[in-house]
Amino acid sequence: MRIVVPVKHVPDIHSNRQFTPDGRTARGADDGTLNELDENAIEAALQIVEALGAEGRAASEVIALTVGPVEADAALRKAYQLGVDRAVRLTDPAIAGSDVFGTATAIAAAVRTLEESGPVDLVITGMAALDGLGSVVPALLSADLGLPQLTLASRLTVADGRVEIDRDLDGVTETLTASLPAVVSVTDHVNTPRYPNFKLIMAARSKEIVAWDLAAVGLAPDAVGEAGARTRVVSSAPRPPREPVELVVDKGEGGRALADYLIRNDLV
Amino acid sequence: MVDLRDARSVLIVLDTPAAGLRSPALELLTLARTLGRTTAVALTEPSAETLASLSDHGVERVLVADLGALDPSVVHLTPVAAEAIEAALVACRADVVLFTSSFVNTEAAARLAASTRSGLVLDVAGVTDDPAQSGLVGAKRVFAGSWDVSCAVTTPMAVFTVRANAVVQALAAEPSTVEVERFAVVPTPASTAATLVDRVLHEAPVGGSGRPALAEAAYVVAGGRGTLGDFAPVEDLADALGAAVGATRDAVDEGWVGHDAQIGQTGVTIAPRVYVGAGISGAPHHRGGMQASGVIIAVNNDPDSPIFEIADFGVVGDMAEVLPQAAAEIRRHKG
Ligand SMILES: Cc1cc2nc3c(=O)[nH]c(=O)nc-3n(C[C@H](O)[C@H](O)[C@H](O)COP(=O)(O)OP(=O)(O)OC[C@H]3O[C@@H](n4cnc5c(N)ncnc54)[C@H](O)[C@@H]3O)c2cc1C
Repeated sequence: MRIVVPVKHVPDIHSNRQFTPDGRTARGADDGTLNELDENAIEAALQIVEALGAEGRAASEVIALTVGPVEADAALRKAYQLGVDRAVRLTDPAIAGSDVFGTATAIAAAVRTLEESGPVDLVITGMAALDGLGSVVPALLSADLGLPQLTLASRLTVADGRVEIDRDLDGVTETLTASLPAVVSVTDHVNTPRYPNFKLIMAARSKEIVAWDLAAVGLAPDAVGEAGARTRVVSSAPRPPREPVELVVDKGEGGRALADYLIRNDLV
Repeated sequence: MVDLRDARSVLIVLDTPAAGLRSPALELLTLARTLGRTTAVALTEPSAETLASLSDHGVERVLVADLGALDPSVVHLTPVAAEAIEAALVACRADVVLFTSSFVNTEAAARLAASTRSGLVLDVAGVTDDPAQSGLVGAKRVFAGSWDVSCAVTTPMAVFTVRANAVVQALAAEPSTVEVERFAVVPTPASTAATLVDRVLHEAPVGGSGRPALAEAAYVVAGGRGTLGDFAPVEDLADALGAAVGATRDAVDEGWVGHDAQIGQTGVTIAPRVYVGAGISGAPHHRGGMQASGVIIAVNNDPDSPIFEIADFGVVGDMAEVLPQAAAEIRRHKG
């Protein structure tokens, strides 16, 4: 079983996120982490491999793949700490400014390149990157790779060459199945990610990160980045700060004060 | 000067054509009229009520997917839905496609944009013509509602998903005669490579069917761990306000409410006129889903809870006492 887990290096969710004047997400070198939801994707991949017999495990590989600058190695090191077998980073100046299509194109090309050294059975992603929250890269990957799309899995099983998921969305629960290979995205309800393993933490520091550029994955520079983008941020501004909170300490009248706030602001 | 509204063809995707249209769809219809001539696409048979709404909104044409002998459930496969909508797009030569914001629509919109090489802007609060940008511009809030950005689409075709409650719905000046046309849907093998084994509709949201759906409600009362499992005060205030009930992930994980009620980065994104959070600390994962709300009210017994940092009005107190009193007072005011 060979599983690719696309992972993203994102600004810390607790950090103060902003835009640069030219409309890109401002990124500091040291404020990034592995997108939390990608831990669920890595966990899912590891569990699938661990459930195989010894022989199956020996023939398996879980590969963390990221598209991003050198700083994104921090996310790959975290993936190593969790137990992935290999880490690949696709970095190229032409990738800067990519929109969701450029990102998906780049990931798909890297998956195809990995396929040259052996079939890929599954691509497992987190349901969203907690920075952009677009949630569309998994669907775009499935379309680009021509593989079945099983997204937003809250339960995932792989057996006998098939994958089956449950997903909860918009008032329905669906069960979907497909034969491998397939693209799956998982929610944070699918499992509980393991903690980094101490031995792996030590080893992760020196493990190899394979670095590819666009040429290595057979992509032309204009397929990605600003050249390939279909939208452009034309203005961005922080919202005006809210007025300081009007705070009432309840001494028996707190509920009435709440109702009064709504009434006096014409909200009921 | 040419009025772009005569020249531009807008396709809107109807979510619940078999039932009546809900407010997010009516908001889409209102927005669509400001952009061009509107065609609607329905993947299931539209009801008489739906056709009446389309007429009230001046829509002259509705394209209805004809699945022939196919199992009707295939339209619930996102890749099939995207292909069907693309067929409708070709039929009406659409320049713009509008969807309401939901997990399923986001993915269908992405696949459609990929195959038609269209620009995609998700979860916008509005779409406007910007001659300076020679195209359409979507306005949206990002970073947990803390920044406003505008994104111009630089391709000839544009796809948008539009968040609920951002557009004030209004009827067309004159009703129209709606022409119903059918188009055949023949999914490609790739789009049915994943198959639907089962599809179960959830029961009505917490506390009955009388409440508005969370994603589209103008008022939301949400409860967290501070409810200690008792959502009665949350439901009481929700009913007094005509609000939907929401929750934090912790309340969902405890099994106190269903997953449908979860607000946040891995739950529903909401932007109601009024949000009331009770017994909720205001963790970034939760804020990401509600911070774009109009007015934020918090009830929490800990004055240092981070939710007070983003609230307009707060009560430091026990929610089990504060909410019922507020509900009673609001009922009295409403008479
Ligand atoms: C990958 C990931 C995704 C996540 N996605 C989401 C998401 O989508 N949505 C979400 O909500 N969370 C999400 N979370 C969880 C989130 O980080 C927080 O754990 C969660 O939002 C906290 O829920 P809470 O406010 O109910 O509980 P707590 O943080 O425990 O807060 C409870 C609050 O209740 C107050 N309280 C207690 N008793 C009373 C009382 N009697 N009256 C009034 N106040 C009282 C306390 O002072 C406290 O502030 C996610 C976490 C992860 C890791």
